[in-house]
Amino acid sequence: MLRIDNVTKTFGDYTAVDQLTLSIPKGEMFGFLGANGAGKTTTFRMILGLIDMTGGTISWNGESIGYHTSNRIGYLPEERGLYPKMKVKEQVVYLARLRGMDKKDAEKELTGWLEKFNVPEYENKRVEELSKGNQQKIQFIASVIHKPDLLILDEPFSGLDPVNVELLKKAVSELKSQGVTIVFSSHRMEHVEELCESLCIIHRGSPIVQGKLNEIKRDFGKKNLWIKADFELEDLEALPGVVKVKRLIGGAELQIENEEVSQEILSLLQPKGFIRQFSLEEPSLNDIFIEKAGASYE
Amino acid sequence: MNRFGLILTKSYMNKIKAKSFLITTIIFTLVIIGATNFQSITSLFDGEGGESDEKWQVVVYEEDTDIVNNLSGQTAILNTEIEITAGDNSRAELEEQLENGEFDALLSVNMTEAGRIDAEYLSASLTANAYSGDLQTALQTIQSNMAANRLSLSADELATLNMPVSFSQSAYVESAKSAEELDQARGLVYVLIFVIYMSVLIYSMMIATEVATEKSSRVMEILISSVPPIQQIFAKIIGIGLVGLTQIFIWATVGIISVNLSSDSLEGGIYSLFDFTSGSISTIIYGIVFFILGYFLYATLAAFLGSLVSRTEDLQQVLMPVNILIVGGAMLAFYGLATPEAGFITITSYIPFFTPLVMFTRVGMLNIPLWEPALAILLTVLSILVLGWFGAKVYRGGVLMYGNSSSLKDIKQAVQLSKKEK
Repeated sequence: MLRIDNVTKTFGDYTAVDQLTLSIPKGEMFGFLGANGAGKTTTFRMILGLIDMTGGTISWNGESIGYHTSNRIGYLPEERGLYPKMKVKEQVVYLARLRGMDKKDAEKELTGWLEKFNVPEYENKRVEELSKGNQQKIQFIASVIHKPDLLILDEPFSGLDPVNVELLKKAVSELKSQGVTIVFSSHRMEHVEELCESLCIIHRGSPIVQGKLNEIKRDFGKKNLWIKADFELEDLEALPGVVKVKRLIGGAELQIENEEVSQEILSLLQPKGFIRQFSLEEPSLNDIFIEKAGASYE
Repeated sequence: MNRFGLILTKSYMNKIKAKSFLITTIIFTLVIIGATNFQSITSLFDGEGGESDEKWQVVVYEEDTDIVNNLSGQTAILNTEIEITAGDNSRAELEEQLENGEFDALLSVNMTEAGRIDAEYLSASLTANAYSGDLQTALQTIQSNMAANRLSLSADELATLNMPVSFSQSAYVESAKSAEELDQARGLVYVLIFVIYMSVLIYSMMIATEVATEKSSRVMEILISSVPPIQQIFAKIIGIGLVGLTQIFIWATVGIISVNLSSDSLEGGIYSLFDFTSGSISTIIYGIVFFILGYFLYATLAAFLGSLVSRTEDLQQVLMPVNILIVGGAMLAFYGLATPEAGFITITSYIPFFTPLVMFTRVGMLNIPLWEPALAILLTVLSILVLGWFGAKVYRGGVLMYGNSSSLKDIKQAVQLSKKEK
């Protein structure tokens, strides 16, 4: 269990993280969302003990996190970096050994991972010879090779093509099923929606939404409604229970107070003509974020 | 292997395997072989080019004297490369022949009423002034002999007249070394100061580059989450220090082998610097101690300054103060070679940043009591510990800071980033 309790970090007058409280159960995948500069990386650095907190406590299974726990923790920094001149094998084995791994085990693990990522031929290439996406795979391997219990991934999917994103998602899911606790940050809502049971959206240092994904959506209450019809959709804004209307070609996207409102709208529209599409959907995280933060996210 | 050992081994092996290491080692090895065989190499050129047929041809033109044979004999004693011949033509004709390059120099000789030899030396260039000097000495001897003849002096009486004074120096201060000792010490101290100065400059730069490269390639964030900064700093410092010692060991070995194989006589030239008779062993031991101290001091400083820059291009700028300190220390030390007892040399020898070079100069040149270097060494060791402790704080924050500025005010920011704010 990773417990973050009332953690605050200030840099001079600037508050990067403000009274953040989270607890992440063992074996769970936790999504950490936020725009650039929201305080994600600062929070991760505090979890890792790289920078000290101004206030609050962080503990992993009841003990503090520091260099004594580094063998059990994996970290993929946001800014990717490897030794450009070193060969993949040399480098990953070196980093794995720094995290307490045996040389032979590290070599064996590396071969397995390279095969999993379909790049076994990179073992003896220098990192600078690889494409950026492939460097990122290597970096990912370097952060998980020593089989950590707690894995912290800072923007693991940024800069990857869709094929590689899927590859990496699969790897992350596998690690989760092996019981690894994973915390990852992203500014892509859909990645978090897809992978995480629990999440936290952080905005200017404070968490504005946090909890289990389905509960967050349920508690939010509002739903999205898609309508496509052959007639003009007029005066939708004036209907009771409609929060927002976004006009689309041949239709509209509505945000409504609750799901009952949809049925009222349907009965109002039916006499007017042919309705091609009428679908009620869960709000996306992006909708929730915009609502809570009062500003567009991206 | 523990993490400290891993980082140490990697720092060491990476440098040892690098091409730049190989190249500098080879170049300096060649320089050492060249210097130790200097005499054989120069005689190689002299032996084939100059001696056998290319003598320095001097034609002597006399008006009312007849000393050419005498001069030829005297000159032969002094310098076998000069060939004297009598000029048969008029002076104007001889000058013309000289300009045509038929011979190298024209010496016209005249004798005054008072028995003084007036000589005029004419040559295309005055670079070969060793020849004119020898000719002057030869003429001087001839003039003296002629004067002795006129005064009816015997050879013994003449020798008595020309006897040189015996002049020896010694200092009454107990700590001072004798002039002879000083000259011997100076050569060795000079070489060792130079070695300390160069290696501290080069290897601390190497450390700073290594740190800055790790930071700019962003691999640092992984390292810093695996290994505490103070372990990283000292593992790197020791690793690169061992690279330095490896290099010096190679050079020393090559030097010693080369000296032993060299056909040169072990006198004069470069060997006068390494006269191992007069307490130079202690100088060498002090040299090693001060090399290690200087290296640790400046390497620690360079490591944490290196952690402040985001790009290796900015490195020169933050290292400037360090370089000024090293160069300042070297200037003081070289000045101290001439005047080791100057007040400011004594004072600066206790300032830790200057101690490795300046105190070393003092122990090399003076017989100072043991407590003086001991105190200076203690102060330097304390400074290294303080710098290491402070450097680790800066390093920890510095490696996480990325930005354009690379000024020294970043140190404050870095320390703030790494400390607990209450």
